[in-house]
Amino acid sequence: MFARLPEADARPVVAVTVDGVRVCARQGDTVAAALLAAAFRHCRTSPVGGAPRAPYCMMGACFECLVQVDGVPNRQGCLLVVREGMQIATQHGKREAGR
Amino acid sequence: MAARSGAEFDVAVIGGGLVGSCLALGLARFGQRVGLLDEGDGAVRASRANFALIWVQSKGLGLPEYAGWTIRSSDQWGAFAASLKEETGLDVSFERPGGLHLALSAAELEHRAELLRRLHNQPRTASFTTEILDRERLVRMLPHLGPEVVGASYCALDGHCNSLRLHRALFAALVRRKVRILPGHRVDSAQYAGGEFRLLTRVREVRAGKVVIAAGNASAELAPMLGLSAPMKPNRGQIIVTERVQPFLKHPIVSIRQTDEGTVMIGDSQLEGNDPDQMSMPTSAAMAGRAVLSFPILSRLNVVRMWSGIRVMTEDGFPIYDQSQQCPGAFLVCCHSGVTLAATHALTLAPMIAEGKLNENEVGAFSARRFNVRQAA
Repeated sequence: MFARLPEADARPVVAVTVDGVRVCARQGDTVAAALLAAAFRHCRTSPVGGAPRAPYCMMGACFECLVQVDGVPNRQGCLLVVREGMQIATQHGKREAGR
Repeated sequence: MAARSGAEFDVAVIGGGLVGSCLALGLARFGQRVGLLDEGDGAVRASRANFALIWVQSKGLGLPEYAGWTIRSSDQWGAFAASLKEETGLDVSFERPGGLHLALSAAELEHRAELLRRLHNQPRTASFTTEILDRERLVRMLPHLGPEVVGASYCALDGHCNSLRLHRALFAALVRRKVRILPGHRVDSAQYAGGEFRLLTRVREVRAGKVVIAAGNASAELAPMLGLSAPMKPNRGQIIVTERVQPFLKHPIVSIRQTDEGTVMIGDSQLEGNDPDQMSMPTSAAMAGRAVLSFPILSRLNVVRMWSGIRVMTEDGFPIYDQSQQCPGAFLVCCHSGVTLAATHALTLAPMIAEGKLNENEVGAFSARRFNVRQAA
């Protein structure tokens, strides 16, 4: 799995939660990078086929890294930078239009 | 059936979009040796940029035969989709739950009702039902309806499908039927000599006993090479696509539909020009605003894509089906509604072409002769 590079990382820790679990990201991490660094194997299931999905392109093109962020579903995790206290949730299936 | 010539193909179909692929499949099912000449993946292609409606209501004002022809395809669609599934294993998600055209004011609803009255009052118009629904009836069909929607027109013959999967299924069926698919074979010139056709493509010359021009807007340049005429007037439409959501919209609306895989498509704009790279933000904003008035729950959804598509459009909006007098065996099939008419193109029109003659009673009204003859008002 992914690991942070061994050299000293002076960036401050940014604490977020993923499905309610506290995760220590680093300032400047994207949500997708933080998930990968914290060894989450997948971030959602496909709304069509149900298969597990994980961040892939890391540059906004593939839409594989969709997660719920602070209550809003289907955010692209690779395009959002973590903020202290951010509540990230993995997704399962399609969202509901009315919520 | 005409005797087989020494040419490589009984029929060469020019154009590998939905229209050309449906015809190629129908011809192959009829035992013809078919070559499908396609420009390639870079082509501007309505088959990849459409709204995937199978739409009957409002078709035929100005040419009543078009209503009957469209109904015929809508009625054939179920069997056609089933045959594709049987041949390829692919389900193109055809559904016909009935379609709606929403009105956001009393004036809009009256305008809609008047248009449908004029359509149905034309002589020779096939008998079919379109209803004007008031808000009370509409809310029962569409629980998420916005408060400003006053009513709608409804037709039970309207439906939709997954048109990208339709294209894929057609190609899978063509491969299975041994149709030679020739990508990169953009046709630059076409000649008729000695009872056969010679098509000069970017790759090589292709010879065939018959030719079908099904090249969308590009038919305008190809048709005159074989004594045919395809006056075209393409226009541009914009589409907004949202993220996938749980099913909430059972009926396709002319401007809003939820796909089988959950995305919501918002469309129905008509803009000038034929440049697919153009995008008007004010138009998209107006489309989105109207969609949100129709279904307020859309306001919370993320938009994931917006794109432009170029409509294949004849000068009067109706299909052109023709056969060349000058070059016997050359046919022209050119129309806007390649999804709606997919079934009848494969099941009704293709067999006529296989036999070498369009049936005047069935499709004579769609000849380009109508552009030459002054019709009585």
